[in-house]
Amino acid sequence: MKVGIIQFPGTNCEYDTQHAFASLGCETEILWHKNDAIPQGCDLVVVAGGFSYGDYLRSGAIAKMSPIMKALKVYANNGGKVLGICNGFQVLTETGLLPGALKRNEGLHFISRHHHLKVVNNENDFLRHCSIDQVVNIPIAHHDGNFYIDSEELQELYANNQVLLKYTDASGNIDNPNGSVDSIAGICNKAKNVFGLMPHPERAIEALLGSNDGKAMLEGFISA
Amino acid sequence: MSTPLPDIEKVLKQHKLSLGDYDHIKKILGREPNLVEIGIFSAMWSEHCSYKSSKKHLSGFPTKAPWVIQGPGENAGVIDIGGGYAAVFKMESHNHPSFIEPYQGAATGVGGIMRDVFTMGARPIANLNALRFGNVLNQDDISAHQRYLVRGVVSGIGGYGNCMGVPTIGGETSFDECYNGNILVNAFTLGLAKSDEIFYGRAEGIGNPVIYVGSKTGRDGLGGAVMSSDSFTEASKGLRPTVQVGDPFTEKLLLEACLELFKTDYVVGIQDMGAAGLTSSSFEMAGRAGSGMIMHLDKVPAREQGMQPYEFMLSESQERMLICAKKGTEQAIIDIFEKWDLDCAVIGEVTATGKMELFWHGEKCAEVPVDPVSEEAPVLDRPMSRPAYLDEIANVKLSDFEAVDNQSAFEKLIASMEVVDKGWIYQQYDSMVQTNTVKKGGELDASVIRIKENGVALAMSADCNVRYCFIDPKAGAAAAVIESGRNVAMSGATPKAITDCLNYGNPENPEVMWQFAQGCLGIKEACAELNTPVIGGNVSLYNETNGKSVFPTPSIAMVGVNDDQNNVLLSTFQNEGNVVYIVGENRSEFGGSLYMKELYNVVAGTIPTIDYTKERALWNLVIEANKKGLLEAAKDCSSGGAAIALAKMACVSGKGIGATMNVNDPRDIFAESMSRAIIEVAPENCAAFEAMVGSLDCQKIGTIGGDTFSFNDVTMRLPEMQNIYYNTFKKVIEGDL
Repeated sequence: MKVGIIQFPGTNCEYDTQHAFASLGCETEILWHKNDAIPQGCDLVVVAGGFSYGDYLRSGAIAKMSPIMKALKVYANNGGKVLGICNGFQVLTETGLLPGALKRNEGLHFISRHHHLKVVNNENDFLRHCSIDQVVNIPIAHHDGNFYIDSEELQELYANNQVLLKYTDASGNIDNPNGSVDSIAGICNKAKNVFGLMPHPERAIEALLGSNDGKAMLEGFISA
Repeated sequence: MSTPLPDIEKVLKQHKLSLGDYDHIKKILGREPNLVEIGIFSAMWSEHCSYKSSKKHLSGFPTKAPWVIQGPGENAGVIDIGGGYAAVFKMESHNHPSFIEPYQGAATGVGGIMRDVFTMGARPIANLNALRFGNVLNQDDISAHQRYLVRGVVSGIGGYGNCMGVPTIGGETSFDECYNGNILVNAFTLGLAKSDEIFYGRAEGIGNPVIYVGSKTGRDGLGGAVMSSDSFTEASKGLRPTVQVGDPFTEKLLLEACLELFKTDYVVGIQDMGAAGLTSSSFEMAGRAGSGMIMHLDKVPAREQGMQPYEFMLSESQERMLICAKKGTEQAIIDIFEKWDLDCAVIGEVTATGKMELFWHGEKCAEVPVDPVSEEAPVLDRPMSRPAYLDEIANVKLSDFEAVDNQSAFEKLIASMEVVDKGWIYQQYDSMVQTNTVKKGGELDASVIRIKENGVALAMSADCNVRYCFIDPKAGAAAAVIESGRNVAMSGATPKAITDCLNYGNPENPEVMWQFAQGCLGIKEACAELNTPVIGGNVSLYNETNGKSVFPTPSIAMVGVNDDQNNVLLSTFQNEGNVVYIVGENRSEFGGSLYMKELYNVVAGTIPTIDYTKERALWNLVIEANKKGLLEAAKDCSSGGAAIALAKMACVSGKGIGATMNVNDPRDIFAESMSRAIIEVAPENCAAFEAMVGSLDCQKIGTIGGDTFSFNDVTMRLPEMQNIYYNTFKKVIEGDL
């Protein structure tokens, strides 16, 4: 299993992501944004979190112009698996690989804390090791995590089982930290090969750091 | 080059130089200085760069221990943390800029301290901050402005640190009217490096190139070092243009480019351009190596056209570094910085002349001998006098005031701004990036990260009880060292070394100068007694507005090492049914207490007794018992005494407790005797723990469980207490939005 991790100027979770996948036994490679091809043999490409281009203009808006994004589109359209975490999710919505957009948090503050999420759909690679309605504890750390989508597209998301995760409290009741439509924290595309979420599963793979609930999520990408 | 300056008196006044300084400069140069040279001397001899008022008192700090790799004098201090790795850390103030423009002032403070650390070759892996604000509670203009400052400062710290991908894992925030006109923003960064790959700020090797990297130079921050060496008045509001503007994205690129560069062997020395910009970095780098230097200022990347040599030398534009490299590596270095889209220009070279020679389009525009600028900088022996207020407040006692019942007192204290949870602050900081954070803001006492590379955990804590420093400047400073060490020890880590940030008032006031000197004595004493050397620090004077100085505020950040990252001791209740002890002697000590401040609005009395032997014994007990696996949690008793320590542990864990402590006076549950801790032990380990306590006082006070907090004659339901604890801060700070 080989995981490529894209590094834009300003990305800051690429090494955390590398550490997480390496600890699950994966081969990993950091992919510089000026590369115009995804290396052969990548089973998964992660668009890691951080502040690509300082979040200037709009989160993800400049990163989508980097050479590697053209290659990533081709890779995804050919069925390659892509995971966008936090800023990576923002980049994927900006490029159109995922629907919707991420706006400034409703409270206008950056929010960093552990947050509970409820699994909504598990018929996909990402959450196949989780059960529906399972509550997981995963850190969030974002300023622009307020997921927006219009009602027509939202219906489509639900109809195609593309809504993956919602923000909840520890008991699984909706608890929306940032104003996201329907408290949505993560989604996938219709073909179920491109995934995006604001929370950071790569920060939740060791009990020492407060939670290892993210491990089962990332392991979903690793074939049995 | 040397055109005599018209109206020299006005020029000197603008540069805060005296006629005596001017004669001294003429003697050093052997001629009249030009404007560029005046600017250089003004910056290098400013309080901020030269430490002229404080230098006399800074000698004699304990700075050595077997684990200290680099003490004061470099960009940051360095200690060995085992396995071939080193922790590089420092704390700095950005008080004046943050008061004038809170977002940018605080942001660039964070940016500056991170550069100090990564210029040493270390990747920054943790930030802390220590913030002091004025009264935020009232419905008047002062409080409204203070709330605005809190919002701006916190937003600025988050904006910079979050973008850099460096977790801000803790800190301390307190409030007192003495900061109404002059807030304090102290930022701490800790970085990780291999212990044999530390880089220093030296320019040596004749003919080696001097390379400028990072942001272009603009006109921002001109004269910042001089600005921060003065007191505030109404006119200070016009100083906003002297506050630098931060660009964390550029700094992130600079960090990654520098770390890539450090993997090569191209670098001879490197230093960031902080206060006094290109002037201080070039003079300090040449000075440390006894070298001379040529710089062509027209080659410095400029943000705008028409800038002059004076501006290039004194700009405090952010996110810039000066590198001395091995000759022949220029292109390879340029390639690295170009990869990261950063400016990089060879602007000069090292010489053997011992002089700084500056050129502008081929013409020499300044020539200053390097050594005298730092070595002959004025050192002042400012007059000192013991403040008169000390005698007035020394004999103030609790019994002078009308007694308050404990339940009412508790309800007041648990809701005070100093006690309540600061989630509104720390949740705006990314505390978990880099996936090392074991214990963070809101989890009480020290913050802890694990080090992936060598298996240890590092605990760190920034502390200063400013009320103690006001009533006893020497013992108060010692108490700050003690408390930061105690917090670190409560996590099971051994305290190793401190960095300090000494914030005081106007040194031209003999009483302030006395407070400063006493503070230094206190730190020296405590660091020597506790075997925790000072490895770096910063002095911030002139924290005064319209003649009113702040309380003495020596912020101390202690760093400790726990050899086993899987054995970090937490500070909140862990399991129902576990036994809770208080270790240490409970006396009726209320001098400088939170109790007297909150109930009687008085900061007075005698500071609680300091006993280093007992303090060390307490640390050892916790560290050793934790190694044996006997402890579940430990938290120090500080502001608000045992009652507030227990209440915080209950709030954060969501677990109730029923506890009873023996007291002489019922109010002793709020007393602030030092060298005390609350310790949680599982029932099966109680006998083994008690056997280790030795000569320390130790009382079993209760058992964890239930949904009520009950301590002697104080009772509160947990949900009610948590509501106060978690929601008060936001209500106050966002009250006017």
